[in-house]
Amino acid sequence: MSEVKFSKEHEWVTIKDDVATIGITKHATELLGDIVFAELPEKGSSVTKDGTAGVVESTKAASDVYTPISGEVVDTNQSIVDDPSKINTDPEGDAWFFKLKIKDLNEINSLMNREEYEKFAKESAN
Amino acid sequence: MNKTALYNLHKKFDAKFVSFAGYEMPIQYKNGIISEHNLTRQESGIFDVSHMGQLFIEGDDSLTDKLQNIFPTDLKNLSVNQSKYSFLMNDNAGIHDDLIITKISKGYMIILNAACKEKDYKIIKSKLGEGFKISLSKDLSLIAVQGPESKNIIEKIIPGINKLNFMFGGDFKYNLNNIYVTRSGYTGEDGFEISINNNDVVEFVEKLISLGSHLIGLGARDTLRLEAGLCLYGNDIDENTSPLEANLKWAISKNRINSNFPGSKKIQEQINQGVTKLRVGIKPDGKIIARESTKIFDENHNQIGKITSGSFGPSVKSPIAMGYVNNTYTKENTKIFLEIRGKKFSASVCKLPFYKKNYYKGGINVGG
Repeated sequence: MSEVKFSKEHEWVTIKDDVATIGITKHATELLGDIVFAELPEKGSSVTKDGTAGVVESTKAASDVYTPISGEVVDTNQSIVDDPSKINTDPEGDAWFFKLKIKDLNEINSLMNREEYEKFAKESAN
Repeated sequence: MNKTALYNLHKKFDAKFVSFAGYEMPIQYKNGIISEHNLTRQESGIFDVSHMGQLFIEGDDSLTDKLQNIFPTDLKNLSVNQSKYSFLMNDNAGIHDDLIITKISKGYMIILNAACKEKDYKIIKSKLGEGFKISLSKDLSLIAVQGPESKNIIEKIIPGINKLNFMFGGDFKYNLNNIYVTRSGYTGEDGFEISINNNDVVEFVEKLISLGSHLIGLGARDTLRLEAGLCLYGNDIDENTSPLEANLKWAISKNRINSNFPGSKKIQEQINQGVTKLRVGIKPDGKIIARESTKIFDENHNQIGKITSGSFGPSVKSPIAMGYVNNTYTKENTKIFLEIRGKKFSASVCKLPFYKKNYYKGGINVGG
């Protein structure tokens, strides 16, 4: 498993072989508040880097989920659709959103490592 | 941006703030909206509603008649310390504001929505004319304490409040200063609204917290009132909706329907001829959440209305909404469709409220 990488839209991604697992960060869930709805991309569909690939809704508002890299959706996490509160409890673990067959591994180079992301999140919060 | 007297206390309790009607108000504290919602339903929650207007009107015996020309409420049969939900309407029966009128010993106290209070003050003042003392308080805070434990908690600080009945109030003392307490609220729970001097409110709220009540933000206030089927001014009612269309006919006193007040002609017309749209409860099938402005369709893809409020109901544990539909779609269980992010989702028209109200109606009407 590769080092976890982060996007400016507050998604995380880990890579194993040619498959990426993507979810939203703990920081994102703190901004959103209690999550009560999740919509995931369809299995077999193609998604493009920085394009929308789902929706999460808190009691307050709806937010798009973006994909930090391009690829074909090979798996989605139905358990967060059934119980969206899992996203608040374990956003960077069990509550992953979808898995992609990676189209272009080079896309990962533009993403941040944890230290860079934490600095970014802190600055964008102020 | 305006701040209430409790601003620093909110900050101390890690409030996240939003701008609301010109005030910096707490939307939630550190535990989040659902937890705050549940604390209010199960225990006791404190809401800072000091941004709302507290209007006081004093005058001679002609005041009640004058006010009856402004509001559709039977004020003559209102006893001292009794409250009524009412409206300030335009000539077309559109709602300028929804409000609570309480008869007090000196005259009347009217609680107004924050975003409307300055406008309401001007309208009411000009309609009243000369000879009455009218003032929008700047020295008073307003807090709502809601939920089943609230009566026991407040009783420890203000003995006697538990005798109040729903929609009745009374004068009490705190720190030797006068406070005014009504048994009312906006959550569907048994609760109280307390008008208290800005200088006393911080200490008073700290006492409530130490006795087991919890600070609750505007976020949970919204989910609580939505479950209780209560309207939010600006969303569910406004200058383009009449009380009849909003399904609030009960708030127009029966013996006033044929009298003269702003909008009375339109009200009479709508009573005789019916309304073309009506506010209803809406339950989406599944987990999809329909927010305000979501378009409502029938099964033949004709648009028949619009959602005005929608969220997730933490106590009913499902998405809930309300909105206006054309008058032929108002029956319970009517199947409708909601257009969300370009797709249509099925839903049904349902009864309001979504959550049974727990108002207290078994006490003594203090002053009544």
